[in-house]
Amino acid sequence: MATEAHAAEGATGYIVHHLTPFSVGEGFWTLHLDTLFFSAALGALFIWFFKTAAEKATTGVPSLSQNFVEMIIEFVDQQVKDSFHGKSDLIPPLALTIFCWVFLWNFMDLFPVDLIPGVAGMMGVEYMRVVPSTDLNATFALAFSVFFLIIYYNLKIKGVFNFSKELLLHPFNHVLLIPFNILLNIVEYIAKPVSLALRLFGNLYAGELIFILIALMPWYIQPLLSFPWAVFHILIITLQAFIFMVLTIVYLSMAHEDH
Amino acid sequence: MSINATLIGQMITFTLLVWFTMKYVWPPLMEALEERKSKIAEGLAAAEKGQERMELAEKRALTYLKEAKDQSAEIVSRAQKRANEVVEESKGNAKKEGDRMIDAAKAQIEQEIQQAKEGLRQEVAALALSAAEQILKKEINKAEHKAIITKVSNQLG
Repeated sequence: MATEAHAAEGATGYIVHHLTPFSVGEGFWTLHLDTLFFSAALGALFIWFFKTAAEKATTGVPSLSQNFVEMIIEFVDQQVKDSFHGKSDLIPPLALTIFCWVFLWNFMDLFPVDLIPGVAGMMGVEYMRVVPSTDLNATFALAFSVFFLIIYYNLKIKGVFNFSKELLLHPFNHVLLIPFNILLNIVEYIAKPVSLALRLFGNLYAGELIFILIALMPWYIQPLLSFPWAVFHILIITLQAFIFMVLTIVYLSMAHEDH
Repeated sequence: MSINATLIGQMITFTLLVWFTMKYVWPPLMEALEERKSKIAEGLAAAEKGQERMELAEKRALTYLKEAKDQSAEIVSRAQKRANEVVEESKGNAKKEGDRMIDAAKAQIEQEIQQAKEGLRQEVAALALSAAEQILKKEINKAEHKAIITKVSNQLG
């Protein structure tokens, strides 16, 4: 709901205000402190919750929190086993981290749009964007990390020679088609992180925008709209976290496969 | 909405999170899960074994029961047979005893008859003698005719 100050600037001002990050620095060296803070805090929450469960893990009857953690772990493990054939110490924990972290990022979307920025405003922080997934930096950071891992595993499993050969002679195994193959493969490899990052960003940015638009409505309409949208969003945030995780597993298992 | 250094910060955070999860979260939880899995498998196997043993014990119990029943039936039939034998035996004994008693009684009766006959004979002999004495008082010498008197009295027996 718009405060007087924002009402003066109009609806556009209100929306722009909500989508402006709390940042320091200039040019490339700008840091979005809100994104960094909330993602680190949510990461810490994830680590704390799972670490506690891991420390108290018993083989006997599990407690409620251990049960919950084990459910997620088994779910992630199943996803990894379904798509990735082979043994890896990195991929299952990576998938778990991505799933939980992205889910928690997205979950911030379900807080009322003015709640945390309002509190921050009282403490003198003018801009506050609480959903890290609505920051391209956050989604691209994840996607690039995954991309580096894809390249790393390609080089590690196939070797430099085989990987280069694959880039040059795949999908069309003919010397004359090498430039075409390179172009095709570059597009394919670049498309992976870009689609990962933009899919997550787009979904959550649009979702947040709609919450902001609903907040501009008269108060008696807001619950009618924001409640169904929030319920629908519970599905979206889980689904987006799940998609990011599954695609990561799929990309990494593709990197493990020799042609 | 521009790409900037936040991206680097996020990547560092992400790397730390993945490292921590890989090192301290995933392995103990996976281990616990695996261990519980094997524990449950063991428990199930033990339960199955117990079930089998119970079935076996039931079967054995049934066999024992059947044996016991057979044995008891045999004992009962033997006892009945023995009882019949005893009854037969005592019947025989009683008959024998009765016969013996009848014989003894018969012998006694015979003896008493003999005694009575003897007594009567002697009395009759004495009576006859006294009668004859009365009649023949004068004519018969007791010593002379003794042989005749005895003969007569013997004929009376």
